[in-house]
Amino acid sequence: MTERVVEVPEPGLRSEPMLINLGPQHPATHGVLRLLCELDGETVLKVTPDIGFLHTSFEKLGEYRTWNQIIPLTDRMDYLAPLIYNCVYVMAVEKLMGLEVTERCKVVRVLLMEMDRIFSHLLWLGTTAIDVGAFTPFLYAFQERERIYQLHEAYTGARITTSATRIGGMMADFPEGWTDSLRNFVETFPKTLDEIESLLTTNGIHLGRTLDIGVISGEDALNHGFTGPNLRASGVDYDIRKDNPYYDYETYDFDVPIGENGDCYDRYLVRMEEMRQSLRILEQALERLPDGPINVSDPRVSLPSKTDCMNDMESMIHHFKLITEGIRVPAGDCYFAVEGSKGELGMYVVSDGGEKPVRWRIRPPSFVNLSVIAKLAEGHLVSDLIMINASLDIVLGEIDR
Amino acid sequence: MDESGSAFDAVEQGPGVSDSPAGTPRGGDGDPAGHPSVTALQGRFGATVLHHEVQAGDQHVVFVDAANNRTVLEWLRDDPEQRYDLLVDVTAVDYGGGNPIQIVYQLWSVGRKRALRVKCELPIDGLSIDSVVPLWKTADWLEREVYDLFGVDFRDHPDLRRILMPQNYAEGHPLRKDFPLRGRFSRAEQTRRALSQDYHDDYTADALEVGGAPGLAPPEPAGSTDEPEDTP
Repeated sequence: MTERVVEVPEPGLRSEPMLINLGPQHPATHGVLRLLCELDGETVLKVTPDIGFLHTSFEKLGEYRTWNQIIPLTDRMDYLAPLIYNCVYVMAVEKLMGLEVTERCKVVRVLLMEMDRIFSHLLWLGTTAIDVGAFTPFLYAFQERERIYQLHEAYTGARITTSATRIGGMMADFPEGWTDSLRNFVETFPKTLDEIESLLTTNGIHLGRTLDIGVISGEDALNHGFTGPNLRASGVDYDIRKDNPYYDYETYDFDVPIGENGDCYDRYLVRMEEMRQSLRILEQALERLPDGPINVSDPRVSLPSKTDCMNDMESMIHHFKLITEGIRVPAGDCYFAVEGSKGELGMYVVSDGGEKPVRWRIRPPSFVNLSVIAKLAEGHLVSDLIMINASLDIVLGEIDR
Repeated sequence: MDESGSAFDAVEQGPGVSDSPAGTPRGGDGDPAGHPSVTALQGRFGATVLHHEVQAGDQHVVFVDAANNRTVLEWLRDDPEQRYDLLVDVTAVDYGGGNPIQIVYQLWSVGRKRALRVKCELPIDGLSIDSVVPLWKTADWLEREVYDLFGVDFRDHPDLRRILMPQNYAEGHPLRKDFPLRGRFSRAEQTRRALSQDYHDDYTADALEVGGAPGLAPPEPAGSTDEPEDTP
């Protein structure tokens, strides 16, 4: 048999940059995000994020609402960690009013915020794993998330739109048996976390997809405004819970995981460890949860009891004015930030002494984190762009506000 | 129609400022000794530091002459005693009633664990200030947002475009106090504009150069099929 030779003509390949729209409707963008990519083959030359598809003008709406009516707007921004947003808003207003909440309320809010940190990190974990082709961790993560959903529902009556806080306290105390359910979660969750970690942390495919992808140095990360796990993965030790503590975080015993390389893998490791540290905080908070009232008894914010309203005129008028006019916040401005699940989550509230804010501003961690994607993705492959986007842990509801 | 007005008037008119005193409210002078950066700033820049106040118990606010914002902020970032390396936030506040618009810089020093708020006031008919993007890259999107929602022009900003509102949004700057909640145009006009959007507006100029104008003939006669699909 003679060998057949086929002459293959040299292909007349043209090479020129290509423009591709990733999103706005694409599952890998984790929301309604449009990435305008200039590509050379599969290599990303330039990414221009286009946001605003979910713009709801929460900040403008807030100027038409009384101080307490803003709370439902806050959880609709980050539907992945609604309770953190509920808490930080009222904490900012309380600071402006010079209002000290009760000891029980402080511990309750710490519990809720740490629970929602895990809640948010689990969604990040599941969806990021899917983005690199691992489907199983997604199922594990969402099974655990469902348990936190149920805790949300048992306490607030809603799974996502919790609106659980009020200025000066909470909408209600925990229902009976709620802390036991949470304790049960805290005890059993580490086992699932170990299982998920055994699937990803040393998995060759996962390592190949995340090691040395989207690297940013600590100095650059600070200059670009990274905060939260993204900043700490680059080796900068900045956690508001440690550096500017609120609600007695300095008395809780927990570590802040710090990465070294600032790549996708370090961002993964930092978040995994943060969930374990949040569990430690939850354990201690459950241990120290004091008895006592959950709401302050300050006439500026708290309603008189129903009995008082029925029996004396002043209480009746007081109740009427608080309900119809809303509470009044002294003139001034206040910036208050907590360590949110995605970074520094701040609220900047400006009052002129009235019952509505002059300005209510959210310092959005995802918004600032996403702005770095153009720098991170340059020179990587399109598939790495997906991984980089996932590793930033963004939520579009808060980016677009 | 009833002349006395309804609860929806505010929606049409824009939010009123409740019981506001004339002029932008300012707190009394704070004690600068409470914050080392404030005394240092006053010593270094003198009259450029217009005012200092303490808000919400322990938050120090420094009002700086808007013409020198970048000089002051650069010094705050680079001086070894200050080192405000994290620009947490850039935003603006409009008090309404023709009062100046405040630009608010929220700073944090990671090393010294210290916060400082710097404000610059811009008259409503002169909304222009130096961009701080050369100092902190964070400011890129944050200043775009202030431009988009307040109409403040940031000089030397590398890419000052709208960011949350559509690029061809023609109703103004929504977070200004005189902007009504429902927008300036009628519903019919808003719908008409939404339906007749030109998707070219959704591409940056250099993106159009790379991809060719979408939906139009390719830039080169080489029979390029690379232009992206039209996704309005």
